[in-house]
Amino acid sequence: MRRWLRERAIVVLVLLLVALVGGIAAVRPGTVTADWIANTLLFAAPLGLMAGGETLLLLTGGIDLSVASIATGAAYLLAANAAHGEMAALALGLGLGLLVGLLNGIGVAVFQVQPLVMTLGTGLMTEGVLVVYSQKIIANQPHVPQFVVALGSGRVFGVVPIDLFLWLPVAALLMLGLSRSGFGRLLYAVGDNPLACRMAGVRVWRVLVGAYAGCGLLAAVAGIVLVGTTNAADLSLANVYLLPAIAAAIIGGTSIFGGRGGYAGTIVGALILTVLDSLLTLLDAPEPVKQILYGAIILLLAAAYTRLTD
Amino acid sequence: MTGAVLLRAENIARRFGSVVALRSADLEVRAGEVHALMGANGAGKSTLVKMLTGVLRPDAGRIVIRGTAHVFRSPAAARRAGLVSVYQDPALVPDLTVGDNMRLAGVAAAEVRRWMEQFGLGFVAPGAVVRELPLPLLRLIDLARALAAEPDILLLDEITAALPADLAAHVFAVARQWRARGRAVIFISHRLAEIAAICDRATVLRDGVSVGVVDPATGGEERIVSLMLGTSPQAAEARRPDHRAAGRPALEVKHLRAGELLRNVSFSLHPGEVLGVAALEGQGQAELFDCIAGLRRPDGGVILADGQEVRFRHPADAIGAGIVLVPADRVQALLPQRSVRENIALPLVRRLRDWGALPMRAEGARVAAAVRRLDIDTRAAAEVRRLSGGNQQKVVIARWLAHGFRTLLCFDPTRGIDIGTKRQIYALLRELAASGAAVLLFTSELPEIALACDRVVVLFGGRVVGEMPAAAADEPTLLRSAHGLTAAA
Amino acid sequence: MSADDDDLTEGELTAGDLRGGGGGGGGVGRAPAFLRRNAPLVFMPALVIAFLALTGAIHPDFGAFDLQSLALGALPLALAAAAQTVVVLSGGVDLSVGPLMAVANVLAARSMQHVDFPTSLLLAALILLGGALAGAINGLVLVASRVPDVVVTLAAGFIWGGVALLILEQPGGGAPEAFLNLATGTSLAPWLPNAVLLLAAVVVAVWLPVSRSRLGLALYAIGSDRTAALRSGVAVERTRFLAYVVGGVFSAVGGLALTMTTGIGSPLSGTYYTLSGLAAVVVGGVSLTGGRGFIAGPILAAFVLTLIPTDLIFLNIDPNYGQVIQGTLIVLVVMGGGLATLLRQRP
Repeated sequence: MRRWLRERAIVVLVLLLVALVGGIAAVRPGTVTADWIANTLLFAAPLGLMAGGETLLLLTGGIDLSVASIATGAAYLLAANAAHGEMAALALGLGLGLLVGLLNGIGVAVFQVQPLVMTLGTGLMTEGVLVVYSQKIIANQPHVPQFVVALGSGRVFGVVPIDLFLWLPVAALLMLGLSRSGFGRLLYAVGDNPLACRMAGVRVWRVLVGAYAGCGLLAAVAGIVLVGTTNAADLSLANVYLLPAIAAAIIGGTSIFGGRGGYAGTIVGALILTVLDSLLTLLDAPEPVKQILYGAIILLLAAAYTRLTD
Repeated sequence: MTGAVLLRAENIARRFGSVVALRSADLEVRAGEVHALMGANGAGKSTLVKMLTGVLRPDAGRIVIRGTAHVFRSPAAARRAGLVSVYQDPALVPDLTVGDNMRLAGVAAAEVRRWMEQFGLGFVAPGAVVRELPLPLLRLIDLARALAAEPDILLLDEITAALPADLAAHVFAVARQWRARGRAVIFISHRLAEIAAICDRATVLRDGVSVGVVDPATGGEERIVSLMLGTSPQAAEARRPDHRAAGRPALEVKHLRAGELLRNVSFSLHPGEVLGVAALEGQGQAELFDCIAGLRRPDGGVILADGQEVRFRHPADAIGAGIVLVPADRVQALLPQRSVRENIALPLVRRLRDWGALPMRAEGARVAAAVRRLDIDTRAAAEVRRLSGGNQQKVVIARWLAHGFRTLLCFDPTRGIDIGTKRQIYALLRELAASGAAVLLFTSELPEIALACDRVVVLFGGRVVGEMPAAAADEPTLLRSAHGLTAAA
Repeated sequence: MSADDDDLTEGELTAGDLRGGGGGGGGVGRAPAFLRRNAPLVFMPALVIAFLALTGAIHPDFGAFDLQSLALGALPLALAAAAQTVVVLSGGVDLSVGPLMAVANVLAARSMQHVDFPTSLLLAALILLGGALAGAINGLVLVASRVPDVVVTLAAGFIWGGVALLILEQPGGGAPEAFLNLATGTSLAPWLPNAVLLLAAVVVAVWLPVSRSRLGLALYAIGSDRTAALRSGVAVERTRFLAYVVGGVFSAVGGLALTMTTGIGSPLSGTYYTLSGLAAVVVGGVSLTGGRGFIAGPILAAFVLTLIPTDLIFLNIDPNYGQVIQGTLIVLVVMGGGLATLLRQRP
């Protein structure tokens, strides 16, 4: 039974997701329509992307507390510089993600800093730089380019959210990459036993730098999608996404100790959190109650996973 | 001279999920005896020890000490009942001082000091931080701490493994002393010679069941082995003739120097040869292997691979030069949560150019071939940590078979492995050499040198003090040479 | 011990070798090792004094009032750092310190608004008890579920954050003047803010008994090596549990201190103190892997981290750089530590 569950944890998660959707349908019949599903996917995409980066790092036994700052920073840079050329602004935003990710990776892999502290530090740094920067360019009113707004809130045929066309390929790439590429293999391996990797001739620092850079990039992409949805770049844009991004990966069954998990679970985790959010909104639950429930769910699922894998 | 029963464990059973670790184990220890607990890997020995010491609780059965039945909930509880254990890895907290470690365990510092002085460790200051002391000393300090608690039953779990002979002598002296005082020692070791020398009786476990109690002294060794194996042991295989070929050595080391321990070592190793390295603990062999495997940089001297001078900055460089390492501690080399396949295929993705799409079919074929050749039990292949110790070690070796190599470095590959698997591994090493590979083998068990090697070099104090054909390397010769007593012929 | 025993002679020889190879067991080698281990105890006070001197240099008017506001700013952070230190020393990490402080903060501000001083003290005692209880819940869940500390305290952080918002939706509330005065006053001397006295009193009352007892030793032991601690007879799970209880008490004091220094309750003050407290732990030289460090380090680091934005204001630099500097400082400190380790490994 235990083993069966362990190998099919994702099935249980999907059932939980379906149950939540069923709950919504029961509370207010007629809510669950194609349009509602499209909306849910739309809102889940930034979370799913950010949680994707976090999944890569959890697999290596790391964590990134700077993803929210990166996402906000990327969105803000994009919006603030769109007037000078939209593509350049986009590159600037993605570049920030890559840069902070690389810095995180070098700190963790080369200087052997604990990931929690390193990314905490770079997160504070990024946020601080952003605040200073925003005051320097006060004359230049930020605006979100049209194509980003379309990406973040547009629909194809009035139903299918455009950001799905970004999220789906990214998801496919992540899942395939984790199971069928050398780099993916090494993420698990490094998370499970870095010393064994070194002895097998793997240059562990390269894997870690790659993973952190990838996470930074994904966080930047998530921020850009998010700013397309909100159509307003402010300095606390993605802050609320930090803990849910980590939570989505944990709910999805990725071990915080590294070496076990995958992106499929994370996707379901992100969807569960998003649907739960709408259910609670529907029930008129106040924000604090939502927060308490989030905490309880993370705890329960984490406890369940621990029982299953021990 | 043995007396009343001090400890009796009856029908102890324990399962982990679907795996039965202990079916029905019995152990009876009397006052005034040194009692050996024997068993091949996976026989349930360590599970039984964990229950005696309060780390695990049995599913069934009972433990009776001096007539009182106990269920230990923690090591502290076992301690209170008079059973104190000393393990292979010392139970001293690394960031505390020696003195604080004594306070932590609640033993009298003066008593510990008395024992430490008896072991010749009077120079260790109570304010010394444990992390900064060498491992063999820590084992004895741990032993001193256990003795200071005046246990009725002292459990020594593999404490002599890789302990220098002189320090091990202190352990044997203590065991004898405890026997003379009418107390008891439970002694666990893989070394039959030690068992025969100091133990009065031996309980043998096989497949989670106690299969017999043997007197190890009177030719009991063979009987213990046959009980452990469940069959009568085969005679040691006949050794091959000297394989030293003419021509270029696969590996040559000249005047290698690293740290305090490796002073000046030179030797050459030819394709088709198994070269043994014999040494007591801490004579520079660990540094030697680390340097050749690219795990550390030498301070001086040169390493030549196939006649080319090489400077390794990372194990990847050594692997690139065809030199691969099987380390002593399997746990260091394995990915415990990953599958047998991923563990074996690990070096196949070590280079940047292998980071892309995996050639699943080709990889599967290579892994399967290595698994077949080593006869790895793949029933628990999804997670390597669920394999037995012997199978885990085979996975580490299989990794290099799948990857390919010219020179194989084996550092104590059979430490803590049962006799059956040991023989398989030595047979494999011979086979690899026969097919043209070069093998450098260090083993802490001197009698095994003659079993597996063509030639042996002896290290003492970081220098080569002897070199001889394996045929001449019987245990007494090696032992004397390894103690630096005489230059070998 | 007979002297003519061959083995024994050999044994003494080897033991002598080990003495030599043991990395300076002699008198000469011991001094640097002692310094290395106790570096934070020397370095942190020096850093605080250096920063105070720097502040005095750039702002010659720096007086009792500035000292007072420094102490007020640093007090909650120092207590958050203390709470985090206890847990980190035991090998854990507590991401719920800030939200728990927020709960204590809003509880105090809401319940004390219209009471007299003695009642407020009684309420404060109850809140401390509540803090211990909250820490106990964290600890119990950790031990019972075997879920890693990061996850449990992350989830607990969510929950306490929600609870704080349920108690007080908007910043508000208050407390009697005399109660606020416990931190904001200068009862003894103008140069000695009550906040500093309070901090010292709390640390002495809570930490000193712990660190002097076997519990303190056990705390360091389980942070350093859990298996060795267990085999030495330490009740590992009980010790983990107690670390969180002590941490909970410090967090509750931190929440009360927030009420004293700000005069109100603000339910969202949480996140800041979790992360900054962790920052103070790192800057204060406590090893995040557990078992190494002193509580004084992070407490002093809290003062340094509070001084930085103050100095920036004095220098007419955008105080927003404060966060940049705080982040950079964390990164530099830990990278420096990593570099030192690397250099030691590769002589």
